[in-house]
Amino acid sequence: MKFTLNIWRQPDAVTAGKIHTYELDEVSEDMSFLEMLDVLNEDLNAKGEEPVAFDSDCREGICGSCGLMINGEAHGPEVTTTCQLHMRSFKDGDSITIEPWRADAFPVIKDLVVDRGAFDRIIQQGGYISVNTGAAPDAHATPVPKDKADRAFDVATCISCGACVAACPNGSASLFVGAKITHLGELPQGQAERDTRVVNMVAQHDHEGFGGCTNIGECTAACPKEIPLDVISRLNWDLHAALRHGK
Amino acid sequence: MAVSGLIFIGFVLTHMYGNLKAFGGHDSFNEYAHHIREFGEPILPHEGALWIIRVALIVSLVVHVACAVALWRRAAKARSVKYVVKKSKASSLSSRTMRWGGITLLVFIVWHLLNFTIGKVNVQGGATDDPYNLMVDSFDVWWLTLLYLVAMVALGMHLHHGVFSAAQTLGLTNNDKARRNAKAAGALLAVVIAGGFSLVPIFVLAGVITK
Ligand code: HEM
Ligand code: SF4
Ligand code: FES
Repeated sequence: MKFTLNIWRQPDAVTAGKIHTYELDEVSEDMSFLEMLDVLNEDLNAKGEEPVAFDSDCREGICGSCGLMINGEAHGPEVTTTCQLHMRSFKDGDSITIEPWRADAFPVIKDLVVDRGAFDRIIQQGGYISVNTGAAPDAHATPVPKDKADRAFDVATCISCGACVAACPNGSASLFVGAKITHLGELPQGQAERDTRVVNMVAQHDHEGFGGCTNIGECTAACPKEIPLDVISRLNWDLHAALRHGK
Repeated sequence: MAVSGLIFIGFVLTHMYGNLKAFGGHDSFNEYAHHIREFGEPILPHEGALWIIRVALIVSLVVHVACAVALWRRAAKARSVKYVVKKSKASSLSSRTMRWGGITLLVFIVWHLLNFTIGKVNVQGGATDDPYNLMVDSFDVWWLTLLYLVAMVALGMHLHHGVFSAAQTLGLTNNDKARRNAKAAGALLAVVIAGGFSLVPIFVLAGVITK
């Protein structure tokens, strides 16, 4: 397969970037999108040009580091991560535009790599449960109703990739925060810190400069883990409850 | 934002019901217009209830617009570098036009108040002291009816997304079913309210409702 790639090139965080165009031939339809970029980088290396910087780690759809905006869609046309996207999802001869996540809270470090540290700082504000670690408790020491366990598990699949922010016209991270609030809020272990968690995480979210949610729904459609929009309703519900409790 | 929006919804529903009195003819319509001024008497002064509603609506409008401006500004700051290519995959047109649609509504509300409440403008140059006759004179003019119908499309779209969005903001759509219901309620209210408001102008222009 043959592709025309329009790729955002930016040497570092402070220098302005722009789109560069590359032609790439002999791409196999079985290659993943990242393998296609690896081939491009080998070409560039051979020519003595600077390879395109992009993030990846697990390459199996679980670490969340490989976020790219591909033809205006976060992680491209399939509901999956960029590393799990294959070139057969494109047509021979396609022109593909590749950009980094665009959000001021995710500054570009180089080319397609952004700093998602803002998510870590949100998690530090309450995306955890405080317990003294020690011997593992008995598995049945704390009963969890099946429906709550299922829901907590479903939303716990969020891999913090940031596609929701990238796709949101408001640049909001509400789906990400909502997923964490719902995940811990469904479980008995999460109750003690439920009020302070939502207040602090939302405050950090706003402080980082993410936008406000207007429930447009582009986030869910972009999410590789299909986190549903109702986690945002849950986030709002918990936030109102916490404010009522004077937190 | 959600609470002010819901206050507007309550208002437009009642307002639409009042307008439909035009189908009852001159006296039925004017009596309604007269009655809202007497509502609550003698406990409230003349026009007392009307003024309570007006103040509530003005406060809601200020809150609503202030929230809209704040959201808009935050969104602009959250993504200062735009995408070269960006697709909308799942969102409704209504959800993406809340801001410009809201501005359309604001402009319309100003004209509407000048037309029928504060200014009492009769574009045909006739009398303005009789609410029913002023209304018929107005909607006999095709472009004025068209302007109202365009505003009702804007209102319908704003409500289509607004009802669902308000339910989300209030935390009432915590599962699949509730979410689908809220979306359906948005579509239903949009059609009922925008449609209900549109009936009177259309029937005036068609010559069914006359002086
Ligand atoms: C005066 C002009 C108006 C402006 C500038 C305006 C603007 C906006 C904006 C920007 C939003 C937020 C976007 C969103 O939530 O998706 C919104 C939400 C909403 N609007 Fe308006 N609007 C106006 C009038 C109205 C009217 C007349 C009604 C009702 C008949 C209404 C009902 C709603 C509702 C229910 C919401 C959803 C609230 C929420 O998400 O919490 N608005 N409006
Ligand atoms: S909610 Fe979905 S899109 Fe957002 S960070 Fe988590 S996995 Fe990625
Ligand atoms: S590289 Fe880990 S999810 Fe793609």
